[in-house]
Amino acid sequence: MKALRIVGRSFRDAFKSVFRNFSLSMASILCATITLLVVAVSLIIAGNVEDVTKNLEKELTIVVYLEKNATEEDASFIQSSIKNMKDVASVTYKSKEEWKNEMSEYDPTYSDIFDSYSENPLLDSLVVSVKDVNSLESVTSEIRKLDKIDSAGYGKDAVTTIISVFDFVEKVTIVIVIALIFVTAFLITNTIKLTIYSRRNEIEIMRLVGSSNTAIKLPFVIEGFVIGILGSIIPIILTIYGYIIAYEKLNGYIYVELIKLIAPFNFVFYIALIIMVMGALIGMFGSLLAVRKYLKI
Amino acid sequence: MKFIELKNVNKTYSTGVTALADLSVEIDKGEFVFVIGHTASGKSTFIKMLYREEKPTSGSVIVGGINVAKLRNGRVYKLRRKIGVVFQDFKLLPKLTVYENVAFALECLGVSSKEIRPKVMKAIEIVGLKEKVRSFPHQLSGGEQQRVCIARAIVNEPKLLICDEPTGNLDPDTSKEIMKVIDNINKDLKTTVIMATHDKEIVNRMKKRVLLIEHGILTGDYLKGSYKSHESA
Repeated sequence: MKALRIVGRSFRDAFKSVFRNFSLSMASILCATITLLVVAVSLIIAGNVEDVTKNLEKELTIVVYLEKNATEEDASFIQSSIKNMKDVASVTYKSKEEWKNEMSEYDPTYSDIFDSYSENPLLDSLVVSVKDVNSLESVTSEIRKLDKIDSAGYGKDAVTTIISVFDFVEKVTIVIVIALIFVTAFLITNTIKLTIYSRRNEIEIMRLVGSSNTAIKLPFVIEGFVIGILGSIIPIILTIYGYIIAYEKLNGYIYVELIKLIAPFNFVFYIALIIMVMGALIGMFGSLLAVRKYLKI
Repeated sequence: MKFIELKNVNKTYSTGVTALADLSVEIDKGEFVFVIGHTASGKSTFIKMLYREEKPTSGSVIVGGINVAKLRNGRVYKLRRKIGVVFQDFKLLPKLTVYENVAFALECLGVSSKEIRPKVMKAIEIVGLKEKVRSFPHQLSGGEQQRVCIARAIVNEPKLLICDEPTGNLDPDTSKEIMKVIDNINKDLKTTVIMATHDKEIVNRMKKRVLLIEHGILTGDYLKGSYKSHESA
């Protein structure tokens, strides 16, 4: 009961203090808001990038063309030996006739071109998908060592460039987010420092009448917590509504249908939860720094 | 065992100043003791040691069975709950009323509001401020503010009341009234009182035990002492 009353008192004091020094608290709250907004945007980007990358990886396949003189037995031998390689998920046979039909369907000009040949100019092939996108290269070079292989390759350039750009974007945002977190924590530390200063008489009396150290420190830590939570309100609202609206406006993809956005529900709620928890943690971290540094007990 | 026991206490500040040298003294439960001496004589250090604002460099300080010298920082509050402290500058919270200022001491300790009310009213009654419970400190005279401070110090029914020049900012008549209040607390509540003061008149009139500290050394301990006793010596 006693501990509960002290916690209750601390919450009351924390809220009082936030509103008493409103301009100062506002600066910290705004800083937390900006930081958390950036965090929210980066989380949304990171989440989508990861999702897109995963989808792209799924579609990433190695196409192996067999030599013209390869027999069906050769084909099935090669198929089974590729299948036995490590990192290979699946191997499917695709004959030159299948390719021809598919291409003709895609664009009628192809069928005109094919018609000018007496026989199918294409090659029989194997389509190989791998378990991990990073093993594309090693698997490809291993396949090339096999007999009766005309060529083996994957859509290297476009896809790997996209993935590496995403990777870079992710790293840059992580650096920015960490920097912003530190700036915010520092500002909150400063706010709490001034609160400690403005309440030094109260602290002195609390010490003299025998408040435990925890009871003296708790209001300040909770104040940081409150600042963090208040700072997370706007980012949370913007995240939820902003993402839903953006998703609808863009019809769920960016530029090409290959780059699909994650459906808003429950994605936005996860992001909102992360933002709120982060706000609270940054606030408490900032005030703990201040309490440790400036509150001498 | 005596209520307060100091044995061979030395205190040297980090600046190299020796505040107390080989001080030993015993004080019984329920005693009323004046501590006198010039400014920078070490009497403030002596007083501060009792509520662990300062730690002795060597020697032992035992207050109510607690060895203050060996008390860890995290445990200091246990000692402080047994002690009430009154200062020259009253240290009241300006935005709180008289009632709230006194209640603050109990609220910090997590006492329920049901228990707080009668205790606070009793303390305010003892210091004779019943009519002013709703006043703010700036609406009170110096003497009245000091009464609030005393009420706050005794509201938790401490065994020991430490007064650091409580009359330093007050005129002689008001000082007399404050001393009456403190004397009554000593007599009626059996609270041990230790009071540092410069006020010769009070010490001479009250005829209580007097400890004289000069240059960090306890040079006099008079049972029914006065300022005169050491000035003539």
